[in-house]
Amino acid sequence: MTKQQVWLLVIGTCLVFVIWLLEFNMGKIQEEVTKTGTTETRSMLLNIGPSHPAMHGIVRIVAELDGETIVGADVEIGYLHRAFEKMCETGPYNNAIPYTDRLNYVSPLINNVGYCMAVEKLLGIEVTERCKYIRVIMSEISRISDHLTCIGASAMELGAFTVFLYMIKAREYLWELIEKVTGARLTISYTRVGGVKGDLPQQFKEDTAAAFKQTREVLKECDQLLTRNRIFVDRMKDVGVISKEDAISYGVTGPFLRSTGIDYDVRKAQPYLVYDRIDFDIPVGENGDNLDRYMVRMEEMEQSMRIVEKALERLPGGSILVDDQGHEMPAAFMVDEAKMGRTAGFKERIVRMDPTLEGSSGSHHPAVNAPEKKVVLPAKEDTYGNIEGLMDHFKLVMVGHGIRPPKGEAYFPVEGANGELGFYVVSDGSDRPYRVRVRPPCFPIMAALSKILVGDMMADMVPTFGSVNMIGGELDR
Amino acid sequence: MNLSELLTQKFPHDVLATHRYRGDDTVILKKERLLEAARVLKEDPALDFNFLMDLTCVDYLVFEKSPSTAPSTATPSPLPFFMKPKSDPKGEIWERPEGAQTRFEVIYHFYSLSKNHRLRLKVPVEEKSPEVASLTSLWASADWFEREVWDMYGIVFKGHPNLKRILLYEEFIGHPLRKDYPVNKRQPLIGPVN
Amino acid sequence: MGAVDITKLDFFTSKLDAAVGWARKFSIFQYPFVTACCGMEYMATACSHYDVDRFGAGLPRFSPRQSDVLFVVGTISHKLAPVLKKVYDQMTEPKWVVAFGVCTCTGGFYDNYATVMGIDTIIPVDVYIPGCPPRPENVLDGLMKLQAKIEKGEKQTKLYDPATKRLI
Repeated sequence: MTKQQVWLLVIGTCLVFVIWLLEFNMGKIQEEVTKTGTTETRSMLLNIGPSHPAMHGIVRIVAELDGETIVGADVEIGYLHRAFEKMCETGPYNNAIPYTDRLNYVSPLINNVGYCMAVEKLLGIEVTERCKYIRVIMSEISRISDHLTCIGASAMELGAFTVFLYMIKAREYLWELIEKVTGARLTISYTRVGGVKGDLPQQFKEDTAAAFKQTREVLKECDQLLTRNRIFVDRMKDVGVISKEDAISYGVTGPFLRSTGIDYDVRKAQPYLVYDRIDFDIPVGENGDNLDRYMVRMEEMEQSMRIVEKALERLPGGSILVDDQGHEMPAAFMVDEAKMGRTAGFKERIVRMDPTLEGSSGSHHPAVNAPEKKVVLPAKEDTYGNIEGLMDHFKLVMVGHGIRPPKGEAYFPVEGANGELGFYVVSDGSDRPYRVRVRPPCFPIMAALSKILVGDMMADMVPTFGSVNMIGGELDR
Repeated sequence: MNLSELLTQKFPHDVLATHRYRGDDTVILKKERLLEAARVLKEDPALDFNFLMDLTCVDYLVFEKSPSTAPSTATPSPLPFFMKPKSDPKGEIWERPEGAQTRFEVIYHFYSLSKNHRLRLKVPVEEKSPEVASLTSLWASADWFEREVWDMYGIVFKGHPNLKRILLYEEFIGHPLRKDYPVNKRQPLIGPVN
Repeated sequence: MGAVDITKLDFFTSKLDAAVGWARKFSIFQYPFVTACCGMEYMATACSHYDVDRFGAGLPRFSPRQSDVLFVVGTISHKLAPVLKKVYDQMTEPKWVVAFGVCTCTGGFYDNYATVMGIDTIIPVDVYIPGCPPRPENVLDGLMKLQAKIEKGEKQTKLYDPATKRLI
């Protein structure tokens, strides 16, 4: 026998043995079935998270599977609990604003506005017209960037990586715009109790128009890539369905609620700032599935751009005064001069408004801030330029002085990117909030998630979770 | 007739006080009748509160005891745009009612979609027996909100199906949002206490 | 006698470590442990605008066993700390850790019962990128510092002890 024949023989014997082994075992299983009458099926537990690529955020879902169908889901949250509410109680009222930035960190300005409006309601003061418009403009820009991130990330998880890159590109245009106004890209802390940090910069209208033009191009591209894409639609349609009754019972708001066909939006139902004076539409869905939520968000971005454009048209007074005689200086330069004591003639000069990192100036301060001396910090060159301004400033920042709302409580809801964002503030008459409670919009949605997931397939968890737009900072606080 | 009057009419012996401070309708109710009142709020067609928007708690342990509490500054004058002008001068005064100065207060914010109105319901809770009836049978959103209040304040919701910690871990001792819990008292699972 | 003409030599020696280090520094497979706000800037850095791919770090691996740099992006709470430690332990040597954002470096302004004051009390950290959140330029700077460290073969193995304020 040759060597090859020996090998063939060995392999053949092995094969016969394996086949016999298989048949023997199959026979045993068959025997078992005939003996008991049924096969025993057991559901499988699958743990997803806390750190998982499809969970953009930190959350843990323990799914109970029957084959590929989800029969039960246990959602565990709290991995990003940072004690927001406790931290707010430790400092004066304005110190809580940076913490509100980090609640919904994709659209921080809406949180800033919500908190400041709640404290202003408690104080009983009203901000200026121009400030109201600025707040609306910045909130809507934030909302667009939030929806861009949400759709981009959830499309990426379905394999559409291009859309993610495009949408982050568009978000970058908007963030550059935000940076021009506030000096920061993401955690901006732009509002103050009684106003905003500074006025809009020069050329803001033109910059916005340019950024929106680019954003609209990106949205059109993404629309062409996704909306009639067979793969995308098949994975989104009739997946993650929530009924109207369930949505209301769980307290779900925002685009998630509107996808079921209920047109509840705080901006229309109980208008705040100047939303009642601006014409815009609220897109609603029909089925309450993932595709409807995607469509609602896409349309909301367009509506937000509409709001910003209209608000910019109507933006009242307080235009940026630049003296053409050359009598202008950046506010920061003026502050430095004042520190050296060279304050002569300051009041006659016109300061150029630099609402970025360099501070704001007197002539524009009244346009964007409420005239309440007990609440709003004075303009920087008043602080450094005259004793009244300095005293005013110190009275507001020293421990034991500062903003003192009268004893009481107030709840103020605004429309966040995920739904109703409410701030409930209790004051005991001291200079720091006694209690700050935030109603996080995605908290009820996450509570409803375990119900929405049941009945869908395992792979449907990814688009459903993506459409929730869970933001850890807001969910766990 | 406003909302708080409507509720007072239905529960004349159980409503401790009402106010409209800054335009928010508020009813303070005895905790024994919470569940019945909540059912009326949900099912009465004139009230029709189908949303339980928010559920939270306030610990009044050190209320007005802050060293920097002002000697009663008057309310700043101009009314905000969302307030009705001076129709109700009593709405400008906010005091905790005499008979209900307990340590905790559980606070419910309701919203009605059809009527577009809001109501705040406050339930005083004693420190000795921090127990309230659970509203999970009426609104599904109460489930997680009540778990959070239990986690943060240690208020027990009777009838809740799954009352356990939600934001913190099971090993955590105490309830951090109570005013007597120090802000930086750490209980790490691993690593040093720093 | 002049200088040696290396083209005429049969062989040439080098430190193998240097070659390996050079190769490693351009093939960073990162595990993004994204928890919070910093994740938004991480996204911005990873996408086309700032393009982290130029540094050979463009491909995140979502399995700790396939990655060699752990990016800890965002606040770590005490509830999450065991998970972070587990992910770190699952990674194979050699491994590096980047603390992204001030919360991971020191705890930032969240000095309270819930958060870990610096992840270097739990796992050793090689590069700290401060900022709340750091700008993408800042992140790229930190990445280049990490590359320099990888090239030299340096690695932090010590933990920070808050009691003595030293690395132990």
